[in-house]
Amino acid sequence: MPFSAQLINLMAALLLLIAFAMLSQRRILSLIYLFAWQGAVLAANSVIVAWSTGQTHLYYSALLTLALKAIILPWILHRLIIRLNIKWDVETLINIPTTMLVGIALVVISFNLALPVTQLAGTITRGTLGIAIAMVLLSFLMMITRRKAVPQVIGFLAMENGLFFAATSTTYGMPMVVELGIALDVLVGMLILGIFFFQVREAFDSLDLKHMEKLREE
Amino acid sequence: MILTTAPIDIVVGVVLYWIGIGLAGLVRPLSLRFISRVLFPLGAMGGLVLMAAALLGIPAAPATRVLPLGLPDLPFHIRLDALSAFFIGLLGVAVVGISLFSTGYFRRGQGTAPGLLCLQYHLFLAAMVTVLLADDAYLFMVAWETMAITSYFLVTSSHKIPEIRSAGFLYLLIAHIGAIAILLCFGVLQGGRGDYTFAAMRESELSAFWSSAAFMLALFGFGAKAGILPLHVWLPEAHPAAPSPISALMSGVMLKTAIYGMLRVTFDLLQTQLWWWGALALALGLLTAVFGVMFAAVQTDMKRLLAYSSIENIGVILAGIGLTIIFHAYGNPHLAALSLVATLYHSLNHACFKSLLFLATGSVLHATHERSLGKLGGLIRNMPWVAVTALIGSLAIAGLPPLNGFVSEWLLLQAFLFSPGLANPYLNMLVPVAAAALVLAAALSGYVMVKFYGVIFLGQYREARLAEARDEGPWARAGLVWLSAACVLLGVLPVGVILLLDHVTLPLVNFAIGTSAARTGWLLIAPVSPERASYGPLLFLLGITGTVLLTFALVRRLYHGRVRRGDAWDCGFPAQNARMQDTAEGFGQPIKQIFEPFFRIRRHLPSPFDAQPFYSATSEDRLWYWLYLPVARLNERLAAWIGILQHGRIYLYLLYSFVTLLALLMFVR
Amino acid sequence: MPEFIEAFLSQLAQTLLVVTFAPLMLGWVSQCRAWLQNRSGPGVLQPYRVLHKLFHKDALLARNASAIFRSAPYIQFGCMVLAASIVPVVETSLAFSPAADVIALVGLFALARVFSSLAAMDIGTAFGSLGARREMLIASLSEPALLMVFFTPLLIAQSSSLTTIVDALAHREFAIYPSLAFAAVAFVMVLLAENARIPIDNPSTHLELTMIHEAMILEYSARHLALIEWATAIKLMLYCAIGIALFMPWGMVEAGKWPMFPIAAGILVAKLALAGAGLAVLETVSAKMRIFRAPEFLGMAFLFAVLGMLTRQLLGA
Repeated sequence: MPFSAQLINLMAALLLLIAFAMLSQRRILSLIYLFAWQGAVLAANSVIVAWSTGQTHLYYSALLTLALKAIILPWILHRLIIRLNIKWDVETLINIPTTMLVGIALVVISFNLALPVTQLAGTITRGTLGIAIAMVLLSFLMMITRRKAVPQVIGFLAMENGLFFAATSTTYGMPMVVELGIALDVLVGMLILGIFFFQVREAFDSLDLKHMEKLREE
Repeated sequence: MILTTAPIDIVVGVVLYWIGIGLAGLVRPLSLRFISRVLFPLGAMGGLVLMAAALLGIPAAPATRVLPLGLPDLPFHIRLDALSAFFIGLLGVAVVGISLFSTGYFRRGQGTAPGLLCLQYHLFLAAMVTVLLADDAYLFMVAWETMAITSYFLVTSSHKIPEIRSAGFLYLLIAHIGAIAILLCFGVLQGGRGDYTFAAMRESELSAFWSSAAFMLALFGFGAKAGILPLHVWLPEAHPAAPSPISALMSGVMLKTAIYGMLRVTFDLLQTQLWWWGALALALGLLTAVFGVMFAAVQTDMKRLLAYSSIENIGVILAGIGLTIIFHAYGNPHLAALSLVATLYHSLNHACFKSLLFLATGSVLHATHERSLGKLGGLIRNMPWVAVTALIGSLAIAGLPPLNGFVSEWLLLQAFLFSPGLANPYLNMLVPVAAAALVLAAALSGYVMVKFYGVIFLGQYREARLAEARDEGPWARAGLVWLSAACVLLGVLPVGVILLLDHVTLPLVNFAIGTSAARTGWLLIAPVSPERASYGPLLFLLGITGTVLLTFALVRRLYHGRVRRGDAWDCGFPAQNARMQDTAEGFGQPIKQIFEPFFRIRRHLPSPFDAQPFYSATSEDRLWYWLYLPVARLNERLAAWIGILQHGRIYLYLLYSFVTLLALLMFVR
Repeated sequence: MPEFIEAFLSQLAQTLLVVTFAPLMLGWVSQCRAWLQNRSGPGVLQPYRVLHKLFHKDALLARNASAIFRSAPYIQFGCMVLAASIVPVVETSLAFSPAADVIALVGLFALARVFSSLAAMDIGTAFGSLGARREMLIASLSEPALLMVFFTPLLIAQSSSLTTIVDALAHREFAIYPSLAFAAVAFVMVLLAENARIPIDNPSTHLELTMIHEAMILEYSARHLALIEWATAIKLMLYCAIGIALFMPWGMVEAGKWPMFPIAAGILVAKLALAGAGLAVLETVSAKMRIFRAPEFLGMAFLFAVLGMLTRQLLGA
């Protein structure tokens, strides 16, 4: 196996590790740090793919990822929780060991889902598709099992990271325009959600999403 | 003479011999001396003969006989092949120890008269051997039912106690539900040709659907006997209710007849195996194992604890069967043979150590009249023979090297470890994770055994009267020593057993690992290849003994051996007494806390204002509430519904018959 | 058979090496901890002084102590010495290694643990049985994790014999194995739990309600205690050696290359010193957990090990 492929595998493994760490994390602050690390690893991965395949546009993509996902978004989130004064523990709906077991099951499933695709693909990093799918599913699981709004948003952003990883490592990235568009979307989405948080808290005096249940029609 | 007779004839001879001994018990049914000092040792001889017959029968070609018994035109067929010979040998090993022990065990008292007990006991043994010999469904079912009924009577030998009666009823009920499933299974297997000999079943070609149906019925039927989740509920009730030698026989040997039946149906009578049967058996087995050991950890009655531990071991064995099916179905004969060897080896081991431990509880029960772990303790000082043999049994069952429990667990883990490479990607990833469940069960069984041994034999006497407990007499000692010697020998010299098991695996999964396992000599076993893994238990034992003795000698030589005796320190607390020791209850607490969802726990906590504060906690089986009670309620409702028909007036009953007759005459022409 | 004699000599040398220097390793860890906590520390030779003192004292036994209590320290020590002859530390030709693979090694540790638990229950004090129960609990949760840790190198080397694994891992071309990284993280967590270190247990505590390992050996004194302490030191050193053998085996000598022995020993010392310092750092920055957080901790270790194995299967790395 060429050295760059090994490096990409290493990055994939790290991303999976971070996804699990996020799933098991009890504190919002650590969750944000983990999210920042995920962005950084993602950027590093893009650089490695760019370097090994000579796709120069991936360098820009890496730079964008680093700026947006490893610095700006975590910074916004960080500001947000300080302003909202919510550094407390995350409440989970299911206890953490059970969540982890479900997570392992998800990894097994996604590896098997990726298997037929990876056998067809010709790129050097085909094995990583399974990990990308696992990242998406694990972030989804995180969104399901958390009750507070901020961890759910982080789960949503992590899911986008998973998709980005799938794109970079299996097809050497999306066209630059698409990527820029997504980046802008995520940023805007984040800003809207930030405003939304304040509104939610104004309305309910809490960020616990279970209060949303009151909004349904009786 | 014994060498010139065919093994199958020897085995038949032993069956008749045991029936004879049982009937001899009726000659002087109240003479305890005659029955326990003469008949039971004679019965033990039968076990020795069976062992010899098994040793001869395993390598020999299958032998069949047609007995001129049974119904007209429906004679009994019997057959001794390697598989049945192996299980007969297992029975022989256990029976020698148990019968010797029983010599000193049964005493005059309430309950069944000794002569009757002797008859039931030996008929039970004879029935088990017949189950293993049977070569047609008819004889199999007759023997199977005889086994169930004799063991029912043995379980309820203290029938004056209501709990024991209800335990016996539960046992009989589940045994019969299982028997129906087995009967149906044979019905499916004969493939509509009406020939119920096993030879004919081997010939019949079933579709995948009917094969699966037969397997599922066998899994259900034999699983009910073996105590597989969720059909295990009778086990922790019946085993503690029975006298200890009977518990030993039931747990050590009778459960294995169910394993035998499962193997017979799956690998011999059915011609093809599907992989999902294996996955199902593996999952069920591991679930049973973990469940059993968790419940064993919270028990406070020593025999219930052992009964749950039997559930665990049966789970491990079933997991082994499942693994064998998976490997066999995916065409990997080497690993199939390896896991089958591990399964059979574990069955043999379990027969030895579980019998041994049940007998040891019998000794404790005799000496102290106490079976609640909360009232025992410190018995190692009064009962050294029982304590040492029980220690060997506990270490063996905890799967510690160099004893026998470790060998089978090691072999099974080897099969698990090299499982990647199966054609199914899901199994490829899940089977190694399943190995962790096996290790969890094994490690927790270490926990359970420390609790079992530590609470009974170590510490201070929890009751003052325990100081008067006496050790066992020579006969019972002989039985205990026999079984613990078997545990040690099976642990230290596994190569011989594995070589013998070749003859069993070869016809069942078309492969034998013995010759390759023994390639590096009789000291080491290397089931796949010496580079992959090898284990030398004798070297291991010598290594441990050597280093321990060397350390001892060096410490004594370089320093000194001076000892003073004083009070226990206990962090300087002077007023400690026996009631401050950890109880069995306390030992179960962490398990209860960690695995809480598995239990249905009811606690009563005293409040500070109670005049007479008391604490109680019971942990029950959720399955009882989820499965059994609803089924029982449904059954009762149905029965009540049918009960409408019952009026107690004769003319109405005659009317029913009349209407039925009329209906039949009109519609069935 | 000169080959066998050579293997036997190498075996003897390595076992003696581990047994002799195990207390030094323990002293080194304590010394590093002392430095990190801004204390001057007793020096790396302190464990030897303690052992020396204990061996010379008269043993004091409780009146009701049985043979199990008296024999357990010898059995524990014997098991650890035997374990030391299975784990390759400097060279991979060990005469005894065919007799036991990693699973047997785990079994050997379990044997020692069961005897120490039984001995703890023997006197019948409240603390002894409390310690025994906790020790067995932690062990039964860490054993599955440990097995899963061994799985990954085992899949790579296609063998469960430690010497073969080391041969396969140490003497091949360089490659990054992320799966091994996962396994290594899990292994460190198991190491902390199995060796009664922070955050699972505190080796230097005598606070009654929190201790695990220390509670079991409260009733021991003199030579028995010395043997137990020594065995604990050997166990710690062996775990570090296993970690080194599985996850950074570079520098270990292939069978029969005697001239390389001193260099390999030097590399080993450097790695062990590093491992000890790392352990001290880990212990300093983390706080002891409540006992019922331990299942979660070990569950995480298990999870990492499983992830390692899955990555190995999917990525082939």
